[in-house]
Amino acid sequence: MHKMMGTLERSTIAGPPAPPNPGAAAERVQPKLKISQLNFFYGAYQALHAVDLEIASNRITALIGPSGCGKSTFLRVLNRMHETVRGARVTGEVFLDNEDALAMDVSKLRRRVGMVFQKPNPFPKSIFENVAYGLRVNGAPGGTRMKDAVEHSLRRAALWDEVKDKLHKSAYDLSGGQQQRLCIARGLAVDPEVLLLDEPSSALDPIATAKIEELVFHLKENCTIVIVTHNMQQAARIADDTGFFLLGKLIEFDKTETIFKNPAKKETEDYITGRFG
Amino acid sequence: MTLHRWRNLVNTLMFGVTAACALATVCVLFWILGFLLWNGGKSLNLAFFTQLPKPPGETGGGMANAIIGSAQIVLIASLMGIPIGFLGGIYLAEFGRGAFPFVVRYTADLLNGVPSIVMGLFAYSIVVRPMHHFSALAGGVALSVILIPTTIRTTEQFLRAVPQTLREGALALGANKWKAIVTVVVPAAMRGVATGMILGVARIAGESAPLLFTSFGNQYWGRSLGQPTASLPVMIFTYAISPYADWHREAWAAGLVLLAVMLLLNISARLVLSPGAPRN
Repeated sequence: MHKMMGTLERSTIAGPPAPPNPGAAAERVQPKLKISQLNFFYGAYQALHAVDLEIASNRITALIGPSGCGKSTFLRVLNRMHETVRGARVTGEVFLDNEDALAMDVSKLRRRVGMVFQKPNPFPKSIFENVAYGLRVNGAPGGTRMKDAVEHSLRRAALWDEVKDKLHKSAYDLSGGQQQRLCIARGLAVDPEVLLLDEPSSALDPIATAKIEELVFHLKENCTIVIVTHNMQQAARIADDTGFFLLGKLIEFDKTETIFKNPAKKETEDYITGRFG
Repeated sequence: MTLHRWRNLVNTLMFGVTAACALATVCVLFWILGFLLWNGGKSLNLAFFTQLPKPPGETGGGMANAIIGSAQIVLIASLMGIPIGFLGGIYLAEFGRGAFPFVVRYTADLLNGVPSIVMGLFAYSIVVRPMHHFSALAGGVALSVILIPTTIRTTEQFLRAVPQTLREGALALGANKWKAIVTVVVPAAMRGVATGMILGVARIAGESAPLLFTSFGNQYWGRSLGQPTASLPVMIFTYAISPYADWHREAWAAGLVLLAVMLLLNISARLVLSPGAPRN
C-alpha cells in the first residue's frame, strides 16, 4: 500500500477536486481507477500477477517497463480491449469511480474510457467522419451540433488549424503524426473520463512526438490519462505518476520524480539507469 | 567445358525455354482474340442487337432476346448469390471459429471445383422438374450456386486483410462488433470485395453448360422468368453446331459480344481496385 502514498498525497494537494466519496475519510481522494489483485491469463500463461494500482483523477500516469512486461496488457484491461483476444481471462477487480468496470456494459465502459493505439489507425473515411464516428455510433444526431463537436475535438487535439480546410479529405492524406492526433481527437469526441494511450508516439518522429506530448499534457485538465511508453524520457517529461512493470508484476508505483530520482526498489533503479531492458 | 561455361549455358537455355512458354501463352490468347475479332467483327451489325433470330434458311436476324435473356439470368443469379456469399463471407471472416466455419470454408472450396454442368443438373432437379419446364429462374439458380462459393471466399479474404487495429479502433469508441463490421471493416474492404463480386459475375455470365438444361433456349422473346429463356453462351453452342453458315456467322458475333462484356467487367473490376479510385 505504501506505493499509493505518493499519488494520494499529491492529488490531495495539487490535483483538482475529485468526485466526492461518501464512504472514504475526508482527506482521502477517490481514485479514478482502482485496480485490485488483477491477474491476467492468455490461456495457461499468466501475463499479470496480482496488480494493485490506484490511478488518480486528472493526472498523467505513465506505465514503463521492458518489452513483454505486461504494461500494454494491463492498459487493455482498463477498457476491456483484451476481450477481443481469444483465451484471454481476467481475475481481480477494476473499479471506475465506484462502478465495477469488469461487470458494466462494455460499450458504455469504452465510451468512458477511450483508447489511442500504438500505430495511428484512422478509419478509411474523411477527417470529419473519423472524429464524428464515436458520436454517430453512440447515436448522436448530425447537423450543426455535430460540426461543433468535431471542431471542438480537433481543437483539443491541436489539429484544427492544420485540417480545417480539408475536413472532407481522406484521413489517409495526413502525415503519421497528424493521423495520431486525429485518433486522439476521435477518442476525445465522445468526451471520455479516462484516455488510455498505448505507446502513442512510438511510430512517430521526434517533432510529431513532441506535439503529442504537449497535447497530452494539456488534456489532463479534463481527462485522466494513462500512458504506456517504452521511452523513459517521455515518462519523465509528461507523467505525474509512474508505475514500473517487470515480468507481469507492478514493481513500484510513485510520483514520477521519486521513481526516477529515488526509486525504492532495486529492479526499478536497474531499469531506470539502463542496466537492463 | 568448364563448369562456369556450363552454368552459363544452362542459364541461357532456361531463360529461353521460360520466355518461349510465356510467349506461347500470349500467342494463344491473341490468336483467339484475332479469330473472334475477324470472324465476329465481320458479322456484327446493328441487327444483332435489335432483332430476333431468323429461322434457318433466312439470312440476317440477331440475338436481341439472348442478350436480354443472359442479362436476366445473370441478374437473378446475382440477386441470390451475392447477398448469400457476401453475408456468409462476413460470418467466416468475423465470427468464424471452430468446426462449423471450417466445414463451410471447405465446402465452398469444393463447390468451386465442381464442374459447372453438375450445377446445371442440380438446378434441373430442384427447379425444372417441379416446375415441369425450363426457365430463366432455373438458369439463375444454377449460376447462383456457382457464384456463392467464389463470393463467400473472396469476401472473407478481403475482410481478413483489414488490419485488426481498425476493428479495435471502432470497438474502443463504444461500437459493438456488428457496428464495427458495418461501419468500418466492410467499408475498408469494399473495393476488394466489389472486385471479387464483379469477377464472379463475369465468370457466370460466360457459363453455358449449367444453362443447357435449365434456362434451355428460346428463338423468341421470353414472356416471363418462368419461361425457357435464350442466353448468349447457349446460343453460341446451338448456332455453332448447326449446319447453317449464317448461324455460324451469328455464333462468332455472339462470341465477340460475350468477350467484350467479359473485358468490360474485368476492366471495371480493375478500376474499382486501383489506388486511384475514390476512397470512402
